[in-house]
Amino acid sequence: MLRAEALEKRFGAEAVLNNVSFSLGEEETIAVVGPSGCGKTTLLYMLCGLSAPSAGQVLLDGKPVNGPRSDISIILQDYGLLPWKTVLDNVALGLKVQGVGRRKRLQRAEAVLDELGIAAKAGDYPGTLSGGQQQRVAIARAFVTRPRLMLLDEPFSSLDAMTREKMQGIMLNVWSRRRVPSVLVTHSLEEAVTLGRKILVLGGSPATPVACFDNPGFGDPDLKTTDAGFAMLRDIRKTLEERW
Amino acid sequence: MVALLRYAAVILVIGVLWKIASVALGNMILPDPLDAMGAFLSAMGTAGFWKHFAASAWRVVAAMALAWGIAFPLGLLMGSVRRLDAMLAPFVFLTYPIPKIVLLPVFLLILGLGDSSKIAMISLILGYQILVTTRDGVRAIHPKYFDSVRSLGGSRWNLVTEVLVPAALPHGFTSLRLGTGVAVAVLFFVESFATTSGLGYIIMDAWGAMDYIRMFTGILGMSLLGAVLYEAANLLEKRLCRWMFLRKKS
Ligand SMILES: Nc1ncnc2c1ncn2[C@@H]1O[C@H](COP(=O)(O)OP(=O)(O)O)[C@@H](O)[C@H]1O
Ligand SMILES: [Mg+2]
Repeated sequence: MLRAEALEKRFGAEAVLNNVSFSLGEEETIAVVGPSGCGKTTLLYMLCGLSAPSAGQVLLDGKPVNGPRSDISIILQDYGLLPWKTVLDNVALGLKVQGVGRRKRLQRAEAVLDELGIAAKAGDYPGTLSGGQQQRVAIARAFVTRPRLMLLDEPFSSLDAMTREKMQGIMLNVWSRRRVPSVLVTHSLEEAVTLGRKILVLGGSPATPVACFDNPGFGDPDLKTTDAGFAMLRDIRKTLEERW
Repeated sequence: MVALLRYAAVILVIGVLWKIASVALGNMILPDPLDAMGAFLSAMGTAGFWKHFAASAWRVVAAMALAWGIAFPLGLLMGSVRRLDAMLAPFVFLTYPIPKIVLLPVFLLILGLGDSSKIAMISLILGYQILVTTRDGVRAIHPKYFDSVRSLGGSRWNLVTEVLVPAALPHGFTSLRLGTGVAVAVLFFVESFATTSGLGYIIMDAWGAMDYIRMFTGILGMSLLGAVLYEAANLLEKRLCRWMFLRKKS
């Protein structure tokens, strides 16, 4: 359903990404791993139309993505919540820009907050929430519009280890119910192995895909403690070490 | 309630210092604080005092509203439209250090001796502060907030209403609140001649007549006006930018 074709991004003379191609099927997730600064955020910005590729194109259901659109949701690196809006209004914002009426959008926002177990915070402002709570609000905000495609930029990297595991569980839970095709960017290999049906490894400078792993065991929080999970992690590490 | 107690405590301390100073200087020059306060309180019972108070309040409130109404939107525009900023910023920043108050005679010539020249003078000075603060505030808005709304498919208008205005409001209100002091100072200056109404007039008139008790009625009235304006601006800011004043509950 999603195809990235020979994507390239330059900022002035600096080439950040080169020849990035991959595809994503229905009910699939792909985890993109690579070190900080290699261009992961840049890639997601191109996938959702926030930034135009210098070359190549993004196709969603066969049609090019030319700009931001409401059927692609992105969870930005630091959640992207607006501090001057309450949790409920933040979650409802995607529906508001679509022109959904106030009552309807607040109802839908409340339902998603409820699903994520954070309805009690609906009237609070994001600045008063913990990192894990903000993360849940951001997930609610992204799902409320029932997107066709979900993009996640290092969603759990600023959380402590315990909260991160819990959030991964919550994410898997929500995802298993909706099965929205998702692209997840992360610098944590374990997270990639837990959440990615495919794992795309970026390497080199400018960064380009150096390997793509098939990970049929994804979606199991305990995978990383099994032999298959260990083997997967080892293979990815080896690829990264060779290329960096 | 806490604010009222704080005001009471400050008034008490100032009263004591005033008392000491009036004993030291002799109470011909500096009247006894209790006498001045008594005269002020009894003046507050007269319609005459409130007529002057209302004249002053009208001038300064009208000026603040005018300054806000012009400078805040202009600050939003300058902060967000590069081309406009490139055109206007040199004018604003080259004229910023010029003391605008020296233009008062020009204003009096153009707008006459009535309220409009006074209002224009105050709002020009206050407007500069609101304009510069708002413009700088808009330029400091983190681009991630715009990305956040754009990623949802938000239009340009959505960016204005969901990000630009709410993010700039605290800057505008802070400059309005801090500007109340300047506004009242300028008010005093523009009321000190060519008028027969206002608290500034009372002060200067009583000073000329060496009626120092009445002079202090004007001074205390000005202080009251300043305090009320500051608190009103403060309240407005806390009301409309509630999110700014919340702390993480840990
Ligand atoms: N708007 C931009 N202008 C110039 N350089 C940029 C811009 N955005 C990102 N970059 C550069 O692109 C590179 C990759 O950034 P980014 O995609 O944020 O990396 P990652 O998300 O993998 O940490 C960095 O070197 C960064 O400095
Ligand atoms: Mg990044």
